[in-house]
Amino acid sequence: MPRKVCVIGAGMTLFRRRMLETPKELAFEATRMALESAGIERKEVDTVVAGSAPDAFDGVHMKGEYLLDGSGGYARPYSRVFVGGATGVYTPIAAWWHVASGLSDVCLAVAEEKMSPLQPHPQYAFWSIFDHTIERPLGVTLLWIFALEMRRYMHAYNIKEEEIALVSVKNKANAIDHPCAQLGAKITVEDVMKSEKMVWPVKRLDVSPTSDGAAAVVLASEEIAKRLTKDPVYVAGCGWNIDSTYWTNRDLSYPQYLENAARMAYKQAGIKNPRKEIDFAEVYDPFDYKELHHMEGLQFAKKGEAPKMTASGMTQRNGEFPINPSGGLLGVGNPIAAAGMMKVCEVYFQLTNQAGKRQVKKEVHTGLAQAWGDLMQYSSVLILRRN
Amino acid sequence: MSERVKFFPGREVSAEAFQSGSVLLTEYSTDLKYSWASGVAIGKFLNELKNGKIVGRKCNRCDRILVPPRMFCEECFRLTDSWIYTKDTGTVNTYSIAYVGTDASRLKEPLYIAVINIDGASPGMGFLHLLNEIKSEKEIKVGMKVRAVWKEQSERTGSILDIKYFKPL
Repeated sequence: MPRKVCVIGAGMTLFRRRMLETPKELAFEATRMALESAGIERKEVDTVVAGSAPDAFDGVHMKGEYLLDGSGGYARPYSRVFVGGATGVYTPIAAWWHVASGLSDVCLAVAEEKMSPLQPHPQYAFWSIFDHTIERPLGVTLLWIFALEMRRYMHAYNIKEEEIALVSVKNKANAIDHPCAQLGAKITVEDVMKSEKMVWPVKRLDVSPTSDGAAAVVLASEEIAKRLTKDPVYVAGCGWNIDSTYWTNRDLSYPQYLENAARMAYKQAGIKNPRKEIDFAEVYDPFDYKELHHMEGLQFAKKGEAPKMTASGMTQRNGEFPINPSGGLLGVGNPIAAAGMMKVCEVYFQLTNQAGKRQVKKEVHTGLAQAWGDLMQYSSVLILRRN
Repeated sequence: MSERVKFFPGREVSAEAFQSGSVLLTEYSTDLKYSWASGVAIGKFLNELKNGKIVGRKCNRCDRILVPPRMFCEECFRLTDSWIYTKDTGTVNTYSIAYVGTDASRLKEPLYIAVINIDGASPGMGFLHLLNEIKSEKEIKVGMKVRAVWKEQSERTGSILDIKYFKPL
């Protein structure tokens, strides 16, 4: 049986288009804040896991090594994990097994991303994730794959662009209350519909921005957590799963790999009815349709029914089942790995009543964070719970 | 904000500061060159494209005809068994209209792109390609039947671009 593991602190930097700090400096700021929030020092940390997405953004090879000292990993058992966009939630999962296994009592999980160095636009780095022989010659760009998936999802369940746009409207409005947010705004469905067509059906306001930022959490054994707080936040469950490399052979209308990851986490957490037993969730929303796609994969809504749930207002911050009370990637920003970790931080802030203006109205005990990545085929799921 | 969360660190660089160079920047560009092996399965696929044919690979255990072809079945985790020629027609699984290029710059003319399920392969087996000879955007539909438009034989090089695009059937 794995040991019980708790989250004892969280920290994050501002998310912005361009930050003055180097990646190391950003990692340091988030890590320092997480340690201060936990009330411990680096000397009490046994192990460190860092997470960061493609090296090509920074133009620094071996980014794990580069981030080492900013992440507090110097002279410790230290490693970097990488599962593309899913890295931000996978990093604390890796930290969880460091503590759950008994290998260490305190493990730091740090995620950092600086996308702004790449010119003229970070989008360019994504070109090299596609198959070099049969896809890159077609002039592919990352947006294609999302637009193709969004179109297939719309087709499978007869979903309209306007229904999807509601997600962007909600999340950007939620982000107004997040002190780190890059794109908090009051917008309308019409604004989304009229925004520039990027790769139809994806329009400018359907997409999260490119960002710089870092976020971190501290995980510890139950024994240590109980010394620091009366009301610890437990890791109740985690799961991860990946679909085939051949993305043009997948069912693009439904993320089966996410269902697999979610079921793995629910089993560990003893959750039978996720919609009833989970109080709120931070689901990965680099595009507005992805929030809906992911709600279905997570079994919060039946296939094709997440848009109805959204339109009903249920997923608003003060609704019955808040989704992305932080403002998500669409509102807070999307420094890839740090964005996933921001979601874990938000679940922790909400459960410990530290979310300030973003605090959801109802009392919350169980929250879920999820991220998605690699070539749109990987999902990582983390469930936190307080008694 | 709360008792424990009082301040979020970080210093933003404004677009103006970045563009005017008032923040110190170090510029660097790299030019790495690669020669990728096409591999056993895709090598054969490309050679057959040169001949104006699409080839898949069959796994006798799950009975799937795999396109793009691979030498091993990821499902059964065994070597695949034989080459199977498919048709050069197919069905649009999904499509979109690209207004931006690889580096996020804006394209002069939009590109029609699609995942095309290939006739003669197992259901849901297909690859990414372009659509053209489209009269109006409204003509494009999920489920639309399409046919490959090939380059002249003399111009084919053993590339995915030996198929110029797919057009409505």
